[in-house]
Amino acid sequence: MRLSLAGPPHFPPINTVGGVMRQVLYALVPGILAHAWFFGPGIFIQIGLATGMALALEAAMLKARGRPLRPFLGDCSAVVTAVLFALSVPPLAPWWIALTGMIFAIVIAKHLYGGLGYNLFNPAMVGFAAVIIAFPFDLSQWLAPRQLSAGLPGVLESLQAVFTGRLPASMQWDAITQATPLDALKTGVAENRLVTEIREAPIFGDFGGLGWEWIANFYALGGLWLLYRRVISWHVPVAVIATVVAVSTPMWLAGPDINPSPAQHLFSGALILGAFFIATDPVSGCATMRGRLVFGAGVAVLTLAIRRFGAYPDGVAFAILLMNMAAPAIDRLTRPRTYGHAR
Amino acid sequence: MTDIEVGEHLYRFPGGLRLRHHKQVACRAPLERLPMPDALWIPLRQHQGPPGEPIVEAGETVLTGQPLTRAADDRQVPVHASTSGRIRGLVEGPAYWPPGTTAPCIVLEPDGHDRWIDAEDPPGRDEEADSLIRRLRAGGLAGLGGAMFPTAAKLRGDWPEIHTLILNGSECEPYISCDEMLMRERPGAILEGGRILARALGAREVVIGIEDQMGAVRRAFDAAAKEHDPDGICRVVQVTTIYPEGGEKQLIQVLTGREVPHDGLPQDLGLVCLNVATAAAARDIVVEDRPVVERIVTISGPGIAEPCNRIVRLGTPVRALIESAGGTSGDVDRVVVGGPMSGLPLASVDAPVVKGTNCILVLREQDVRRIQPVMPCINCGECVRVCPASLLPQQLFHALRSDRLEDAADLDLFDCIECGCCAHVCPSHIPLVDYYRSGKGLLRARGAEEARAARARARHEAREQREAQRAAERRRRREQRERGLDSPDGARDEVRAAVERARRTARNDPEDDS
Repeated sequence: MRLSLAGPPHFPPINTVGGVMRQVLYALVPGILAHAWFFGPGIFIQIGLATGMALALEAAMLKARGRPLRPFLGDCSAVVTAVLFALSVPPLAPWWIALTGMIFAIVIAKHLYGGLGYNLFNPAMVGFAAVIIAFPFDLSQWLAPRQLSAGLPGVLESLQAVFTGRLPASMQWDAITQATPLDALKTGVAENRLVTEIREAPIFGDFGGLGWEWIANFYALGGLWLLYRRVISWHVPVAVIATVVAVSTPMWLAGPDINPSPAQHLFSGALILGAFFIATDPVSGCATMRGRLVFGAGVAVLTLAIRRFGAYPDGVAFAILLMNMAAPAIDRLTRPRTYGHAR
Repeated sequence: MTDIEVGEHLYRFPGGLRLRHHKQVACRAPLERLPMPDALWIPLRQHQGPPGEPIVEAGETVLTGQPLTRAADDRQVPVHASTSGRIRGLVEGPAYWPPGTTAPCIVLEPDGHDRWIDAEDPPGRDEEADSLIRRLRAGGLAGLGGAMFPTAAKLRGDWPEIHTLILNGSECEPYISCDEMLMRERPGAILEGGRILARALGAREVVIGIEDQMGAVRRAFDAAAKEHDPDGICRVVQVTTIYPEGGEKQLIQVLTGREVPHDGLPQDLGLVCLNVATAAAARDIVVEDRPVVERIVTISGPGIAEPCNRIVRLGTPVRALIESAGGTSGDVDRVVVGGPMSGLPLASVDAPVVKGTNCILVLREQDVRRIQPVMPCINCGECVRVCPASLLPQQLFHALRSDRLEDAADLDLFDCIECGCCAHVCPSHIPLVDYYRSGKGLLRARGAEEARAARARARHEAREQREAQRAAERRRRREQRERGLDSPDGARDEVRAAVERARRTARNDPEDDS
């Protein structure tokens, strides 16, 4: 009898990297469906485009770096990056937006830093930051939600728009696109209009933007499922949401005419998506529990600051990238006290 | 230190895992005695510490319980003949650990009569602490929970008063059920043994920590308490089953809310923690004058046909245990001594059962098959969440993988208890515990190397100092002489002395010139 001398523990772990990533993808499904309901099938085209490019670039980089393809393509981490990126860009963004974004995300942010596990920054957010800086106009072409739209583009119209940049003769860009609620708030406040007045526009819903608030709800649903499955810990989402509420509530109470309500902040833009799916990215985030609280609070404060003072309507992506830089230091400073050691 | 309450409130330790415990499989079968094998291989060293010196010769006949080695101090533990028979010799036999190595064993051929040696000391219970400890040491008592720490060295030492003895009856690892079996079968012996050990320690109270699912065990203790613990110094406390709550440090934390200082011992908190099987063995030594010659071993795991617990004489080859449990089933991949989380793999089933062998676990190929290759760490923090020592396992891994041993030591590598929780939850399937074990080994080797280097340096410096002193002495004398030559009288004296020296040398005078 030849016996294996492998060390303990002897049963293999149940979790796998691919398993974790796939559960993240499953948890995004409700949000994606809600997105498609409110803004049409363009999101599926964006997801398909970004995923295909991410996998192709991932395979090319793995080959160039002499790494095995199968385990690293099978881990689904590139797919998660692609989907998160696709959810951040307008549904009818031209195809080269996805290409540019994925080159920055997969090639530069991920593989040039050493591949899976070694990237300092969240790849999806690096890709998004690159395209929003490079192509601000294309990234502002958001569609009007179903309730306000003259007619959502269908699959064929969307494909044509994405690949040719032109809409069918029956549709006009001006008729189907609209400023996002965060855009409207930013420009409105800049024009010295009151928040209450701005919010009377039809693009605003009960708490946040019309449609957007429901998409955020479905992201939150998926996020709660991830919490239940222990794929993510509660620390980051709770810290993000609690800090947004804690910082924006007093400001809103003090000046409701110039400051949006906490609910408006939470349910517009990418805040809920970021809190549950992007700021919880393990590789570029914190590993200690206290560190995650600090990380989440930092994301919230920076997002609010960028929304209020920055040049961009939403600040989640930049806030996460900034906190990514701080994550290693936060982990060092929040190291738990070892058993038996003095405080 | 008397303000520490043990088991009055239950506390949580950080991290840990809820594991399927798989204990019933072996507990269902009745506890039977394993038939005597053809030969017993009794290792000289069955404890942490140096082995005792053999005191029997090849060809000698011995009786059951007769000492085979002599222990010089509390750190040494003698071994005894597990049955009566003839000594075949002292040979190198397969060792438990490291796998594939050998260790000196006394080979004993049983004569089949199992005649016990006559009691040397009259059995008694009401002795002084020192005489109790002497008897426990002579009886070969070492921690039967698995660590095999010499019990006598735990019972006396340079520490404050011990107020409570904790008996550990919570086998935290899956599959291991030998202690549960013992507690069901011999609760009275454990209570008596606990009282004896408490007397040896001067402790007022005995707290027996068992798992919350062991209702039958609790009832067994309650039923036995009237007869075996009449004044009720023993108390049974059920703790939540979260691996590794049966680790000494974690059980102390659960029962007291206090942590053993990282450079200290449980004794610093006025506590001593021993396994329940150690207590039962202590009772057998003191009350019946029977040294440690057998123990209960769990034979279980998915690769075992009929899992069971057996009473096994020390020195029995593991092969005989597996055969008595119906043999193996399926493609055996490994045989583990201990549990699946922290047990050590065995290189050969010819290795013998020793005092710390609590479980023989047989795993099949499909039980251990990896479903993914080792991937890079994704910093998910699961290991941080489950670490009961509150370490940062992923940072330890990064430090060790890039050979930054000092960084690993700064991250408190030596506080790792090797429970395996981190590796069990790692989605990247990194063999974290292997890294920690090897890192500790390298650091220890380096520490030993540094100590050696420091000794060599000290020797070298001492020699340099001596030489410098000698050189200074020579210089001083020369200068003195030179000063002497400078004065006319001195020069004359010097010349006279030189002439005198020359004469003496010519006469071969033995008198020295200095």
